[in-house]
Amino acid sequence: MELILALAIGVLVGSGVWLLLRPRSYQVIVGLCLLAYGVNLFIFAMGRLYVGAAPIMPKGGFVDPTAYADPLPQSLVLTAIVISFATTALFLVVMIAARGVSGTDHVDGRERKS
Amino acid sequence: MVEQNLLLLLVLTPFVSAALAATLPIGARNAEAWLAGLTMLLALAILAVLYPAVTEGGVITGTFRWVSSVGLDLTFRIDGFSWLFMVLVAGIGFLVILYARYYMGPDDPVPRLYSCLLAFAGAMSGLLLSGNIIMLVVFWELTSLISFLLIGYWFQRQDARDGARLSLIVTASGGLCLMVAMILIGQIAGSYDLDKVLAAGPQITAHRLYPVLLLLFVLGAFTKSAQFPFHFWLPNAMAAPTPVSSYLHSATMVKAGVFVLLRFHPALGGTSEWFQLVTGIGLATLLLGAVVALFRHDLKGLLAYSTISHLGLITALAGIGSPFALIAAVFHIVNHAVFKASLFMAAGIIDHETGTRDMRRLSGLARAMPVTAALAIIASASMAGVPLMNGFLSKEMFFEATYVWNNGSPLDNLAPYVAVLAGAFSAAYSLRFIVTVFFGPKAEDLPQEPHEPPLLMRLPVAVLVASCLAIGIFPQQVLGPWLETASIAVVGPELPHFSLKIWHGVTPALVMSLIAMSLGALLYLLPRRLIDTGEEGPRWMRALDFARGFDWLLQFGTIRAPRLLVRVLSANGLQAQLRAMVLLALAGAWFAVGPLDWNVPLPGIGASELVFALLWLVGGACALGAGWQAKYHRFAALILMGGAGLVTCATFVWLSAPDLAVTQLLVEIATTALLLLGLRWLPKRDEEITGDNNFSARSRRFRDLLIAVACGTGMTALALAVLLTRPGASVGDWFLRNAYVEGGGTNVVNVILVDFRAFDTFGEITVLAVVGLTVYALLRRFRPAPESVERPRPQLDAEEQALEAYLFVPGLLMQWMFAPIIALSAYLFVRGHDLPGGGFAAGVTLAIGLLLQYVAANVRWVEARLTVLPVRWMGTGLVIAMAVGAGAWVFGYPFLSAHAQYIDVPVIGKVPFSTAMLFDLGVFSLVVGAIVLMLIAIAHQSLRVAPRARPVETSESAPEMPSEMPAEETA
Repeated sequence: MELILALAIGVLVGSGVWLLLRPRSYQVIVGLCLLAYGVNLFIFAMGRLYVGAAPIMPKGGFVDPTAYADPLPQSLVLTAIVISFATTALFLVVMIAARGVSGTDHVDGRERKS
Repeated sequence: MVEQNLLLLLVLTPFVSAALAATLPIGARNAEAWLAGLTMLLALAILAVLYPAVTEGGVITGTFRWVSSVGLDLTFRIDGFSWLFMVLVAGIGFLVILYARYYMGPDDPVPRLYSCLLAFAGAMSGLLLSGNIIMLVVFWELTSLISFLLIGYWFQRQDARDGARLSLIVTASGGLCLMVAMILIGQIAGSYDLDKVLAAGPQITAHRLYPVLLLLFVLGAFTKSAQFPFHFWLPNAMAAPTPVSSYLHSATMVKAGVFVLLRFHPALGGTSEWFQLVTGIGLATLLLGAVVALFRHDLKGLLAYSTISHLGLITALAGIGSPFALIAAVFHIVNHAVFKASLFMAAGIIDHETGTRDMRRLSGLARAMPVTAALAIIASASMAGVPLMNGFLSKEMFFEATYVWNNGSPLDNLAPYVAVLAGAFSAAYSLRFIVTVFFGPKAEDLPQEPHEPPLLMRLPVAVLVASCLAIGIFPQQVLGPWLETASIAVVGPELPHFSLKIWHGVTPALVMSLIAMSLGALLYLLPRRLIDTGEEGPRWMRALDFARGFDWLLQFGTIRAPRLLVRVLSANGLQAQLRAMVLLALAGAWFAVGPLDWNVPLPGIGASELVFALLWLVGGACALGAGWQAKYHRFAALILMGGAGLVTCATFVWLSAPDLAVTQLLVEIATTALLLLGLRWLPKRDEEITGDNNFSARSRRFRDLLIAVACGTGMTALALAVLLTRPGASVGDWFLRNAYVEGGGTNVVNVILVDFRAFDTFGEITVLAVVGLTVYALLRRFRPAPESVERPRPQLDAEEQALEAYLFVPGLLMQWMFAPIIALSAYLFVRGHDLPGGGFAAGVTLAIGLLLQYVAANVRWVEARLTVLPVRWMGTGLVIAMAVGAGAWVFGYPFLSAHAQYIDVPVIGKVPFSTAMLFDLGVFSLVVGAIVLMLIAIAHQSLRVAPRARPVETSESAPEMPSEMPAEETA
């Protein structure tokens, strides 16, 4: 499981970075989304990973914390998901506005001279 | 205790009055003057009550606890010296306020002036009475700020704006130097308490950092007191209204610099460095100011340079630092404040009555305004140091202080000559002021016919001039006790012998005075014609324009140099910048990960994990496919990206994170919808981009591929390194233990979000709101590319009817789904505290429900039936969250403390209830608002550019959209 998750994070981040470095703004936005998946999974992996032990506790009293998944990375990732949605939206708007102003979807606002 | 409270009142009342003054109507000159005048009188009354306690070296200290842990307490202290200074601030403040009532025109917005003047009086009181040296700096900077506002009072004038900016930059940066000096002093002395600092003098002067802190300290003092080479801001500050000039820039604020020099003399003074630096600069300023003042044609310009010169005199006295010199400094502070304030007021009256301040045009005013002329002549005689005036006495003390042997250095030997020369110039410019303005032929071409001002406008001048004479003739009776009180506070209980009287016999000081005065008369009268009408000084003096030099420096430092840096250092274009960032991150990670031990066995993949492996086979393929297709096949890339997202979501389910899975799924939907809406505005990409396959493009791609592979491999390694480490005790364990007991919920993730770490969440939803508003604002001025304006091709090809028919069944389904989605959203919300769900998930769900309606039907049709006001949703959400947080204060708990319990609801049974749920309601409302705002704002762009030619034929043709919808400006 660890190996698969690590590879998955690697593939997501690799594709994300590749797209991030591309010249078209749409590629960058998709790249950012993929990067966000990778990073979210990475943060998530910082805690204890269990199968079938969600941090939902029975009512009452103290419990043995090690029997449950780590809630802290989860709440961090939850925040990160929402924020990455917001940045995606912002970037999308900047992207279409820049396209309207500059007439091109190149991230530099002008086509490469060559 | 009464005294302590009075002390606090002294600082507090001006600020309270300032707030009141700001709220009065714009033309209420009388009410403003009454309010401000009474405030000043109250301060004077308090000072009168406090006087007995500060005589004989008495000190009143009042401490109000604040941040004791870092040595910051609100300590106020008053001794004889600050008492005398406070009398100046309140007394001259009162006269200035009376004067300003008549000076300001009916069109000037007086609340701003009075409010700033009062706030200045408060800041100045705070500066004088601070018993904590850090607080002193805070009040110091406050006076700079308020001075900025007051100089820029007539902000429609360019010179006022420039002067205000210049003075703020100079004095506030000086204040920063002073702050560093104070921190150093506090560290060396071991306390920020003024009394302890003053007692730690030997310790400070012996410290190896003493030269540095002395330099920083005098930088602060010199910038504030307009000492060479920072003097240039003061003449530029003369763009302020005259009451401001006479209050801040002659009597009080500029004296703050010499105030701290005198105040900290016991702690920092007495060394050779102090003498050379402070006396040297003081004497240079004294001479320079006096020389330049003689050549100014502008009345206020002359007075400003004269002020600079007199401040130099006081600074020089502070530098000499013998007890006698310090007493002379205190004495001259008072004398200069009295005669210079009256002179500024007189200059203001002349300006007010004639319409000009140019001495080349003014002449023979003694006939038109005899009383004002008499007052101004007496005041300038005092400025020149003529006997029987107060200026004579302190100037003579200054001469004596320079004449006596101090330490025999070259500077000490030079001092008397400089003093006499400067005295001569000072007599010369005073004479010029009197002769040109009040005598000679009657001026013909004045903008207004001059006559005497109203009696009450003249009264402040008369009071001040009367004081000049009173102090000058009966010094011991009028000022003696006060001066003694103040001097004890500065010098210590062992006062040297000094006597305030006019005639000491023929002393060296008297001879110096006489030489200075006769030389001054010659200096002006001989080249009189040249001075009166010529250029403002010899050419070398005009070339030495410090203000212009400073401006150039500023221009260079803030505009040209940064531009140059950007040109040299910045990467060209976003692509290169992003690449640099990625490479930097890669390098950083290399240093972090390199030293780890990589010689560990890799874990195998068990049979039960095959499904997981398959899942990620798909996920990985999706991610790679998205990366591959995003250039030419955007839609395909979007779907593939969604696939990767879904697999991520499944991973969350697999690894016991149901909350994440729910949120990820919902956000996935919203993101896809968002990007779909954006696709329409991108350029067509159905043929290859030119040059996309040539060698350079291929090599660029190859380079980026290498970087991407390196990043991916690196992240895999990093993730493995973390995953293969057995986790120890986690912070999360604490939350698991306490979520139910303290947070009253069983879903720990939700409890963390809305209770334990609610402040983070509060910040996060604020970010969301800001982003929403930004999106909205950016789209208000949206200009699409020309070829995107037309309707998309498929819509053009198809018949309108066919299109609607095509969406008929899905549209109906979506409409039916509306209510169930709302129910689902409510369900997710309510169970959030105990089971997966919560405000975020519920909010996104509701937003999607609303969005579906937009997809399902004609936008106008929807908006005729459904009014969503996203901005209000957001506002309400933020207010609820904040109110819940602040509610904790009512019960005496910190911000955002939550209270939880179970409530027995009939029929339903026990229901968890926590104030955190109310907070969650705020989150919910804001998330709904923000997402709907963003999506609808983008969706509406099609509507506003769509051709209006086609009227909506259906019977449900919609009216205009609701007022708060993002497209309101299309109408």
